[in-house]
Amino acid sequence: MSHPTTMLLTARDIHKRFGALVVLEGVDFSVAHDEAVGIVGPNGAGKTTLLSILSGAQPSSSGAVAYRERDVTTLDSAARCRLGIVRTHQIPRPFGGMTVFENVFVAAANGRCKRAEAYDRVVDALALCGMSEVANRRAETLGLLDRKRLELARALGADPGLLLLDEIGGGLTDAEASELVEAIQELRRRRIAVVWIEHIVHILLQVVDRLVCMDAGRVIADGEPRAVMADPAVVEAYLGGDVHGAA
Amino acid sequence: MSASPFRVERWTTASRASVVAVALLIAALALGPGYFSDNAIDKLTTLFVYVILATMWNALAGYAGLVSIGQQAFFGLGAYFAVRLADGGMPVYGALASAAALTGLVSWPLSYFMLRLRDGEFAIGMWVVAELFHLLVNLDPLIQGETGTSLVALNRYGAFARHAYTYWMALAGMSFLLLLLFALLRSRTGAGIQAIRDNEEAAASVGVEVARTKRLIFVLAALGAGLAGSLWLANAITFQPKTYFSPQWTAYMIFMALVGGLGTFEGALIGAVIFFAIEALFGAAGVWYLIGLGATALGFALFLPRGLWGWVEARYGLSLLPVGYRLRFKTHSSSPAQTPRLAAQPRRK
Repeated sequence: MSHPTTMLLTARDIHKRFGALVVLEGVDFSVAHDEAVGIVGPNGAGKTTLLSILSGAQPSSSGAVAYRERDVTTLDSAARCRLGIVRTHQIPRPFGGMTVFENVFVAAANGRCKRAEAYDRVVDALALCGMSEVANRRAETLGLLDRKRLELARALGADPGLLLLDEIGGGLTDAEASELVEAIQELRRRRIAVVWIEHIVHILLQVVDRLVCMDAGRVIADGEPRAVMADPAVVEAYLGGDVHGAA
Repeated sequence: MSASPFRVERWTTASRASVVAVALLIAALALGPGYFSDNAIDKLTTLFVYVILATMWNALAGYAGLVSIGQQAFFGLGAYFAVRLADGGMPVYGALASAAALTGLVSWPLSYFMLRLRDGEFAIGMWVVAELFHLLVNLDPLIQGETGTSLVALNRYGAFARHAYTYWMALAGMSFLLLLLFALLRSRTGAGIQAIRDNEEAAASVGVEVARTKRLIFVLAALGAGLAGSLWLANAITFQPKTYFSPQWTAYMIFMALVGGLGTFEGALIGAVIFFAIEALFGAAGVWYLIGLGATALGFALFLPRGLWGWVEARYGLSLLPVGYRLRFKTHSSSPAQTPRLAAQPRRK
């Protein structure tokens, strides 16, 4: 946040209210080029809501989002996707009636690229996520791990500059999750910036450069991952103490 | 990534042959009035209208997930506009074609309201729109309320010429709409249309322009239903609002799409032929015919929920008019092409 011009994405003073319920209370959040940022925090801290606001799936009540120095606050998620901000969903949302290949093709076909280029990107994304074998399966027949992989593959199909991952490892075994970690590390080598919400902290720590902890709609810690995990406020948010009144 | 060992298959030998067969069939049908009886011409025109109805509802509900039970709104409007334009002095066949275009035009601003509604709200909302159009049409003195009127301009043609012209127009309209829909579904937009059906938020999150895409298919379906209405009028000549704005038209569309196979291109065609055959065989049985139709629909819903073609496709992996994509690897190892389970997954839901 010290050099806004070098930032890939900057969100300033984000508020989100649902009626009387305050979900985000003045969150500042930024991602540098090539950076991987983890977000942790107890349930109801507002992590997913923040991600939805960054991706354009939900409007914020107030605040501004900029991507590559362009104000994207008023753009919807389709428009932001075409600029390069792409998300995955915590509960996978496959296009059930379409094949795995077609799922990713939907994302890949949305740029102005040629068909052959889109095909290449789909095949590449499927290979990276270990889904080539099931390319022609209907997505609704996939199990949880494959649905999670498909979320990632589909997001990659859209050619992201910034990938927003919402608990992509949730519900998976350690072995399954570490497969995803490998895929995400490969993305980092391709210089795709990553924002990753995850409860399984030790997985997160294998990938991220920086960790942000949220609680009750605020950022309570932001910095070097191990320092953040050792922060007393973070420990308290995780292990109890007062109920913070968050949703 | 260069020289990738894969190819994306969109056509197969079987599907190429099917497209050629369909094209030949349409060409042969175009010569119909030369050798068919007047009665056969009349019956086939009905079949063409059924194909249009089934295909357009399938496009709307089966591909885009927009389940409407009010498509009679556009069916009735198509017929009404034809009466209106012909009365205003437009040559009658020009009026019939323009009526369809006009119906599509009306559906465009309407879509801004209706497409805000989701699922059941949209379905019922469309029925409300149909009732509204029905009432509005009744306000036109030309229609004389429920007494109705006739497309008298058609009387200047002899019976045979009239049937032949209507037949050709129906055949041309049907072929045009089938071709247009096929091309649309095979385009990138087609993939987006199906993505919206399966999960609207996820589709938006990967860049699909949801509102614009839904509008496109809504207007196309309205135009198709409008053309079906104006063609029906050309065959029936009389226009009574309550007949044309009857929900039975949408019931027929749903029947055809469900029995044939919702969300499959082939299914709507097969559904239309089945419906046509059932009507030809049992239509005279009155109430029992309707009971039979209902029982058939129920049977399909319970035992063959993906319809006849949906079942064939799942069972045999066959696709004759394919709009999808299959990934094939050129190398023999771990080729998904070898796995017969690919398409053979039962559809839940």
